Amino acid sequence: MKQLFYGGVHPAEHKELSEHKPIRPLNKAPAEVVIPMSMHIGAPCKPVVTKGDTVMIGQVIGETAGLGAPIHASVSGTVKAVEPRPGTGGVPTMSVVIENDFQNTMHPDCKPRENVDALTPQEIIDIIRDAGCTGMGGAGFPTHVKISSAVGKADTIIINGAECEPYITADHRLMLEHGEKIIGGVRFIMKALQLDHAYIGIENNKMDAVAHLRELLGDAKDVTVKDLRTRYPQGAEKQLIQAITGREVPPGKLPADVGCCVFNAATTAAIYDAVQNGLPLFQRVITVTGGAVNDPVNLIAPLGTSFAHLIEEAGGFKGTPARVIAGGPMMGFAQYDMSVPMGKASNCILVFSKDEMPKAEANPTCIRCARCVNVCPMHLTPVFMNMYGKERRWSEVEELRIMDCMECGCCQYICPARIPLVQQFRTAKFAIRQAAAKK
Amino acid sequence: MDELKLSVASSPHASHPVGTQSLMRDVLIALIPAMAMGIYVFGFRALIQTIVSVIFCEIFEWGYCKLMHKPIPCKDLSAAITGVLLVFVCPVTLPYWTIIIGDFFAIVIVKQLFGGLGTNFLNPALAGRAFLMLSYPVPMTTWALPGKANWAPLGMSVGQEYIDASTGATPLSIDFMKNADDALNLTTSQFSLGDMFIGNIGGTVGEVSAIALLIGGIYLICRGVIRPRIPVAYIATVAVLTLIFSRSGGHFDFVWMLREIFAGGLFLGAFFMATDYVTSPNTPKGEIIFGIGAGLLVVFIRYFGGYPEGVCYSILVMNICVWLIDKATMPARFGVTKEMRAADKAAAKAAKKAAKEGSEA
Repeated sequence: MKQLFYGGVHPAEHKELSEHKPIRPLNKAPAEVVIPMSMHIGAPCKPVVTKGDTVMIGQVIGETAGLGAPIHASVSGTVKAVEPRPGTGGVPTMSVVIENDFQNTMHPDCKPRENVDALTPQEIIDIIRDAGCTGMGGAGFPTHVKISSAVGKADTIIINGAECEPYITADHRLMLEHGEKIIGGVRFIMKALQLDHAYIGIENNKMDAVAHLRELLGDAKDVTVKDLRTRYPQGAEKQLIQAITGREVPPGKLPADVGCCVFNAATTAAIYDAVQNGLPLFQRVITVTGGAVNDPVNLIAPLGTSFAHLIEEAGGFKGTPARVIAGGPMMGFAQYDMSVPMGKASNCILVFSKDEMPKAEANPTCIRCARCVNVCPMHLTPVFMNMYGKERRWSEVEELRIMDCMECGCCQYICPARIPLVQQFRTAKFAIRQAAAKK
Repeated sequence: MDELKLSVASSPHASHPVGTQSLMRDVLIALIPAMAMGIYVFGFRALIQTIVSVIFCEIFEWGYCKLMHKPIPCKDLSAAITGVLLVFVCPVTLPYWTIIIGDFFAIVIVKQLFGGLGTNFLNPALAGRAFLMLSYPVPMTTWALPGKANWAPLGMSVGQEYIDASTGATPLSIDFMKNADDALNLTTSQFSLGDMFIGNIGGTVGEVSAIALLIGGIYLICRGVIRPRIPVAYIATVAVLTLIFSRSGGHFDFVWMLREIFAGGLFLGAFFMATDYVTSPNTPKGEIIFGIGAGLLVVFIRYFGGYPEGVCYSILVMNICVWLIDKATMPARFGVTKEMRAADKAAAKAAKKAAKEGSEA
């Protein structure tokens, strides 16, 4: 059955570049990893190792200070430095730099758990917390917080396998190759939330993954795999909830307020690894793709591996790259420094050739075609937000509910005049927040 | 890796292939069938008028921007569309200089003085026509008869002998006159329904052929250039009203209804002018209200007004209401249900009441 949400766009997918490439480990392990202490929403972690310490894979190197999840070493070796390093967010982030000894020594605590069936819901939540699981789709919300805050409130679990951003195939390959981890992970989440049913939502451009998961499930009725219409931003939390349950999350509220709890597919697999195999989140699947890499690939790489190293794994640059993006083309962050590391939420490195660059206009002029209004999944009117925003009339922009904007980029994608709408809305939101803080 | 030259920008890093220029080009392509029918029915004078009009529209736009030191927008083709549409809503017998005056009014007064592309509040081509209608009512209502025998001469102005020999009435002006008084002794049977569908009737250059306009309109909808809400609401309103209140005696006269929707450039207005991005509402609900409002006005003007046809004024009047319509039809906020809105309203009412009581006390 095709499920719907309002608006959205369907950009050229380009998934063919990497969707048939099986996930593989790195050919050459990185000589050093730079692990940022802030890979999640909330307070940055506090480094608990110092220069010269020897660490093993899975050893805690950053402990939570407030909202967050612990961070673990992703390679074994020696701590080379604990200092601010450039991050994908554009600002230097406190990071732990580990020099790889290439021994891959695992921490003794990382061993498969026996009789997992005996675990209580609270024990599962604790394991997820200690394993450092956070949302691996983009925002990076600590998973254990999400689960504990939804216990008793949520009646619907949704696993987000939509992967609606063009180019990215990490979740697709994960679902195809490690379907049992997804299903196992879902069942752990169900147990933690004490619910007996869950949905897995997958866009219908990945019908092989849908078929694979349905086959794995067999006659089991506790998990329903839903194929969804291929439409960006299907994987946005609120849109996915709308598409699967028909419920709309009220402004300023959380999915749990409408009884839903959404987990990314990669997070679900990480939960399985944490609970079943005793492995903390120290590695993840990442797609390295785009027109300007020689060999687009899906890699499983230790956190903290630099973009430069990962691009080398993908055969290096093909020709001259025009833009390197952390994440997908619709919401990713353009990077200028190739030494930045991948983090828990890095699902893709996208290397654009000149031909793939978005079109730009020197003097963008709004023709009021209202295409933006027709694609906005949050029912906003970007045409008017732009009109007031460019005059810096923030109070009018605020009345147009700009704070509901999730910066999915549909309006700017569809805009025939090529107005940099999202950038302008970010500026407006920043100004409005500042004004509110002053009061 | 040191000499990498990477560009950074805010997301999204993707853009839809369709840009302003290609949208405008599609509109021009969609106007080709109607242009071809205009030439077939009225002769090559129609083509020359169009070329002159497009050239002068672009010149006026370029000249104004040059004079005001604004960026030159010639690439976007919007002035060319105005040029074509203005000719399409004028009779073929109109002297070229009159069209150029119309072009000037449309581009400089209506469009550029209000800020240029995207900020004019009236459709330039229709405003240009309204201006010419007020200034030159006689040449603006001199209708060449269809057919090769009546093809207009190509000279600057058409001569009096041509006007005497080869001009007549449009289907709607016949109906209009007939209602006023029967002295003209023209019968409605002069143009059959088939003639009106194909375009074998008197009228303005672009409005005569319903089928050609329909083809263009469907092309625009299929290409996603226009959304069907406005034209469908517009034409359906006219159809329903004229079907219920037929003036041919008796109600529910389908022939009358079809005559009313094929005549008077309703299709031209519905597909190409009411859907003008700049001067139509931006909200989905607003588009439907706009279409219905324009449809009502067309029928009112035709039935009760002082003009035989009402498409031009119906759209212009609705253009003025666009801002209001948009304000009134803002999309519902995501996640806010009917009950929540009702609760909000009740709370606001209670607060108001409390405040009132407080002030009284």
